Amino acid sequence: MDKATFKIWRGHAGDGAFETFETDVWHGMVVLDAVRAIQAEQAPDLGVRWNCKAGKCGSCSAEVNGMPRLMCMTRVREMGMDKPITIEPLHTFPHVRDLVTDVSWNFDVKKRIKPFTPAPRDADGSWTMAQSDVVRPQEFRKCIECFLCQDVCHVLRDHRRYDDFVGPRYLVHLAQLEMHPLDTGDRLDELRTEHGVGYCNITKCCTKVCPEGITITDNAIIPLKERVVDRAYDPLRKLVQIVTKKPARS
Amino acid sequence: MASYERRSFDVLVIGAGGAGLRACIEAAAAGVTVGLITKTLLGKAHTVMAEGGIAAALANVDERDSWKVHFADTMRGGQYLNNWRMAELHAQQSPDRVRELEAWGALMDRTDRGKILQRNFGGHAYPRLAHVGDRTGLELIRTLQDHGVHQGIEVFNEYTVTRLLKDGGRVSGCFAYDRNKGSFIVFEAKALILATGGVGRAYRITSNSWECTGDGHSLAYEAGADLIDMEFIQFHPTGMVWPPSAEGILVTEGVRGEGGVLRNSEGRRFMFDDIPPLYRDQTADTEEEGWRYVIGDRDARRPPELLTRDHVARCILREVREGRGSPHGGAFLDISWIREKIPSSEEHIRRKLPSMYHQFMQLANVDITKEPMEVGPTTHYVMGGVRVDADTQMSTVEGLFAAGEVAAGLHGANRLGGNSLSDLLVFGKLAGEHAADFAKRRGTVSLDEGEIDLAAREALAPLDRRGEGVGGEGPYQVQFALQDLLQEKVGIVRDAERVTAALHEIQGLKARASGVAVNGSREYNPGWHTALDLKHMLVIGEAAARAALTRTESRGAHTRDDHPGKDPEWGKKNVVVRRSSTGEMEVDTIPCPVIPEHLQQIIREQG
Ligand SMILES: Cc1cc2nc3c(=O)[nH]c(=O)nc-3n(C[C@H](O)[C@H](O)[C@H](O)COP(=O)(O)OP(=O)(O)OC[C@H]3O[C@@H](n4cnc5c(N)ncnc54)[C@H](O)[C@@H]3O)c2cc1C
Ligand code: SF4
Ligand code: SF4
Ligand code: FES
Repeated sequence: MDKATFKIWRGHAGDGAFETFETDVWHGMVVLDAVRAIQAEQAPDLGVRWNCKAGKCGSCSAEVNGMPRLMCMTRVREMGMDKPITIEPLHTFPHVRDLVTDVSWNFDVKKRIKPFTPAPRDADGSWTMAQSDVVRPQEFRKCIECFLCQDVCHVLRDHRRYDDFVGPRYLVHLAQLEMHPLDTGDRLDELRTEHGVGYCNITKCCTKVCPEGITITDNAIIPLKERVVDRAYDPLRKLVQIVTKKPARS
Repeated sequence: MASYERRSFDVLVIGAGGAGLRACIEAAAAGVTVGLITKTLLGKAHTVMAEGGIAAALANVDERDSWKVHFADTMRGGQYLNNWRMAELHAQQSPDRVRELEAWGALMDRTDRGKILQRNFGGHAYPRLAHVGDRTGLELIRTLQDHGVHQGIEVFNEYTVTRLLKDGGRVSGCFAYDRNKGSFIVFEAKALILATGGVGRAYRITSNSWECTGDGHSLAYEAGADLIDMEFIQFHPTGMVWPPSAEGILVTEGVRGEGGVLRNSEGRRFMFDDIPPLYRDQTADTEEEGWRYVIGDRDARRPPELLTRDHVARCILREVREGRGSPHGGAFLDISWIREKIPSSEEHIRRKLPSMYHQFMQLANVDITKEPMEVGPTTHYVMGGVRVDADTQMSTVEGLFAAGEVAAGLHGANRLGGNSLSDLLVFGKLAGEHAADFAKRRGTVSLDEGEIDLAAREALAPLDRRGEGVGGEGPYQVQFALQDLLQEKVGIVRDAERVTAALHEIQGLKARASGVAVNGSREYNPGWHTALDLKHMLVIGEAAARAALTRTESRGAHTRDDHPGKDPEWGKKNVVVRRSSTGEMEVDTIPCPVIPEHLQQIIREQG
């Protein structure tokens, strides 16, 4: 059987070093399989977070050969086996242990975003929405909250703007709310201020790493930026929007 | 004595899947304090994996549907071992529960008239499953999560409950540990809701998440509650079989709902070869009729691929055993053939089944729009669980409620696809409501320090043993041995000899489990966690084996090679497993609740 070498970051709360492991590689093996095999045979206390092992829950995010990826959807062979494969925890969040980071900041951010507020129901107690009107927000609702986009965004990763910028994941969430056919909430002022949409300079790194293939920058962030700008420069429209509570679709 | 933090709530919910979240929302609305404990992160519970849809008789696609038809379908699917009252409540209330999701922001696929679209699924007479492509579970959990976080619920992420605590006969709280810090915490609660999901990880081949280790089943058992129907474990007919790394990962029944067909190595649609009498009138005679059903011809009957899961799984197993399987021991599931029927079939498949497309491309290099998939049975769902009162969801232990997969009764001997997500919503809500009511009506509880101390010692034992040099075996080895054992001996097809052998081996594994030692520190230590899971998985294994040995017939998901037919006597009884006063597992039977005449009438009318 083929073998592969892994260099896995081990340690506590930021202190640590790479440790090298070798393990058998079987057909179709993904990086998470390798980590679990190492856990079972060599390092039972190797800290790693995972749950579904099917790319659905967004738990197993890590940096594999320097790229933010889901370990359960990354084939070992795809990473090239001639050199050791490195696995590190996400860099953007506080380190807990080995491959595990503390992503709780993300949950706090979501709580600060104004929740969904629906329009009144139809007479029959339900709502009517055309498929064509739900397609775009449905794209955003594919998000599995893996936080890979948050990890790669330089505003958070390098500039540490945790207090001023919600990050691509939550711009996607905000776009979903803003483009939801039933929502009556208005979040454009906060988008400009506390959510910090202006910090994004459209490098598109987030879109590149999204395992759900969400077109984060083009479909979510740019339209949000446009709405914010429209609001700022069009006082009449702003007035209309305040009266109707919902931004006119551009 | 070990140090621990202490917290107190009116209602404490263990589990943040669909059932737990729905229960929290309801309890919070009743004005009590609510705590939510989950051993994974919020939004990542197993529910997130659900694909095909939520069953509810909204009648948006076929107006002939109604709660009565849904009720009758559920009872037939469960071979009448279901708790009729749960099946009735479920069928009646699920439409409102689904519409309510829209009030909280869910965006399900739409009909041409702009209403919630519904799709066909096995055992459902009409298109009934509300869905979003093949990621319905994500939509459900995210909707409940995003709504729930604004309801004043306190969430404990990555805390694992290892024991329930009692005040006399009543549940008073639980003992848990914080995975990130490795520290202990004791929760006091006037009412406690178990919403811990399933048991699939006790088997080697499973579609279930890491967290599905049967904790709630075992915690309830340990606290003295009755478990019923533990012999009924659903093996979903279509899991991936190749490559080994993907073994067990689910292939949604939605593939068959959209026209996917099963073939053996000879190219034959073998599902036409064996149609159970209970379903003969509802099943298509020809391939042509089956296709008409798929595209919505209301006079056509269902293709046999959409028969119930237990039956489809056995048919695949039969083909494999008789040498007509696929190269890696499964059958072929083909959706690409619909190109003969619809022009832009590739795009259609990618739109209807996006995550299946992605899953096979990424994990198996198979393009499902062009070639068949290889599929075989995978451990998927446990019908058995905590015995509850149908109206309140309270277990046989006072103050202890259960909802979702950990509770039993709704599904009887076999669950219909889509009936779990609706189960979570309907009974999650009822559990939240009645637990809040119980908490308001009943006084405070007191905690027993002795019990807490015992729980702390039990939790620390695997770490304490690391220095002793005794046992010394790692937890994973025992876990793998148990998974292999259940897979081989308490799997799809059982007989007395193998199940008895399994029970014997489980005793040996118990001994090994009690000697397991783990190294490393207490912070985020998966070895330690696995060592603590073993207790639960062993209870699941033993309960499944004892119940399977007791039911000397084949019905629904329980197939006995040595008792192949259905036995009418067994059609009137549920098997109960409970902890005796001496701590042994005892098995009992109870009569199924008698179906009242007006509901029997509905069952007869629905043929
Ligand atoms: C791949 C797949 C697809 C499916 N598709 C469908 C479908 O289309 N339609 C359908 O109706 N059903 C489907 N099902 C079944 C359905 O998803 C599950 O039955 C359902 O989600 C279970 O939900 P739950 O709320 O009961 O528990 P879960 O979602 O399993 O949640 C359990 C919760 O309990 C927590 N927990 C467990 N033990 C402990 C402990 N000791 N301490 C603290 N917390 C604990 C977990 O962390 C988690 O938060 C599918 C299942 C699978 C595997
Ligand atoms: S496009 Fe914007 S949000 Fe995305 S990574 Fe770049 S700066 Fe961050
Ligand atoms: S937007 Fe994509 S990358 Fe970002 S959290 Fe969601 S799924 Fe992950
Ligand atoms: S474990 Fe769920 S996405 Fe990888």
